Amino acid sequence: MIGPLRAILLRDLRLALRQGGDAATVVLFFVLAASLFPFGVGPEPNLLARIAAGVIWVTALLSVMLGIDRLFLADHEDGSLEGLLTQPVPAAGIVVAKCAAQWLMSGLPLILATPILAVFLQLPAEGLPAMLAALALGTPTLVLVGAIGAALVLGARRGGVLLALLVLPLAVPVLVFGVAAVDAAVAGLPARPHLLVLGAMLLAALALAPIAAAAALRQALE
Amino acid sequence: MHRFANPARFQRFSAAALPWFAGAAILCLGAGLYFSLFRSPADYQQGETVRIMYVHVPAAWMALFAYLVVAAGSVSALVWKHPLGEVVARAAAPIGAGFTLVCLVTGSLWGKPMWGAWWVWDARLTSVLVLFFLYLGYMALLGAFDDPVRGGRAASILAIVGVVNLPVIKWSVDWWNTLHQPASVARMDGPTIHPSMLLPLLLMAAGFGFYFAAVLLLRVRAELAARRIRALRLAAMEVEA
Repeated sequence: MIGPLRAILLRDLRLALRQGGDAATVVLFFVLAASLFPFGVGPEPNLLARIAAGVIWVTALLSVMLGIDRLFLADHEDGSLEGLLTQPVPAAGIVVAKCAAQWLMSGLPLILATPILAVFLQLPAEGLPAMLAALALGTPTLVLVGAIGAALVLGARRGGVLLALLVLPLAVPVLVFGVAAVDAAVAGLPARPHLLVLGAMLLAALALAPIAAAAALRQALE
Repeated sequence: MHRFANPARFQRFSAAALPWFAGAAILCLGAGLYFSLFRSPADYQQGETVRIMYVHVPAAWMALFAYLVVAAGSVSALVWKHPLGEVVARAAAPIGAGFTLVCLVTGSLWGKPMWGAWWVWDARLTSVLVLFFLYLGYMALLGAFDDPVRGGRAASILAIVGVVNLPVIKWSVDWWNTLHQPASVARMDGPTIHPSMLLPLLLMAAGFGFYFAAVLLLRVRAELAARRIRALRLAAMEVEA
């Protein structure tokens, strides 16, 4: 079972890399959108330091959701999704493989770009490790939850906007605990409890979201 | 549930039950309003604003219950392919969204004099707001496809995914230190609310429940009638052609 799934993962990565620019666009959006905040609220360092964790998390959330509607779209349009689902591998496994590729192309670059934003937004230095750990646990959860939405809106009118409407409410818990972890670290409290909750949410999403997304994919092709 | 999944049997049952539910809703709401407005004491801390609670709490209960109905209907539509399951889910969603909105608005009206703010971001309020968005997302997804069958199935999956929010709403007041007060009726050690306030509250809750049942039956019957008209029109067109 692992072989075919690795093949799907590598195929999606190859496609993304050869089309080029996808990962770069997401990171660029992330950095640009977060840099708008100092213009919006004013460049006062104390204020920025106070809101940095929230701003980085919200923009990371939006950046992940930005590209997620294309997770199954291209495969659905050219019919290869139908081919994939007829293979002797569980559909949930295919969803996990595609999510892994999606995260490597959109979530991981965000985490790598976060230290730059932390400097831009005056995030206190002791908050940065917690920020990176929280993003590492939180962004895969967002991709998995987003995959449910992406599968649900296949073939819908205005799929992208609709996807945001469906998925953003479900992303609230990740945001809450992600920001709480950083705030705790900045305040000198242990970030561990919040990170553990984020980890629990990731495990729950990993177990349940692929099943829901697979069900949505199957009914999209019926 | 399986017994009533047969649309013909459901039509007979709903035709007989609808007037009873509607009558019970009017009676309970009338008595409940009388007791809650005239025959129950003002709270020693909250004063007269406590009466908002007689609308707010039943609306909140029904908002959760209606979501359970949507989810249960969706499960029966997806798992057993009951034709009625999806119709029930589809019909319950706007009513549930209405209850959620009533709950949020009355809570806000109560919050301004009590907490000094129309809205606070505490766990209970936020999770109910998420519930409202889930209802809206469900209804948006229903209408987003050219093929209504596809929309129905996609929305059913979303409704089931959204069930994760219900326990969060129920226990948000216990898990977090919220501004919103914890449960005072459905408790293991019995209600902590005085009988003079419990009676109007329960009357209102029963009234809301019967109202929901009556409107749900009415909406399901309307949807079944609409489908029947569509089918007859199609048949008539085929005869002409």
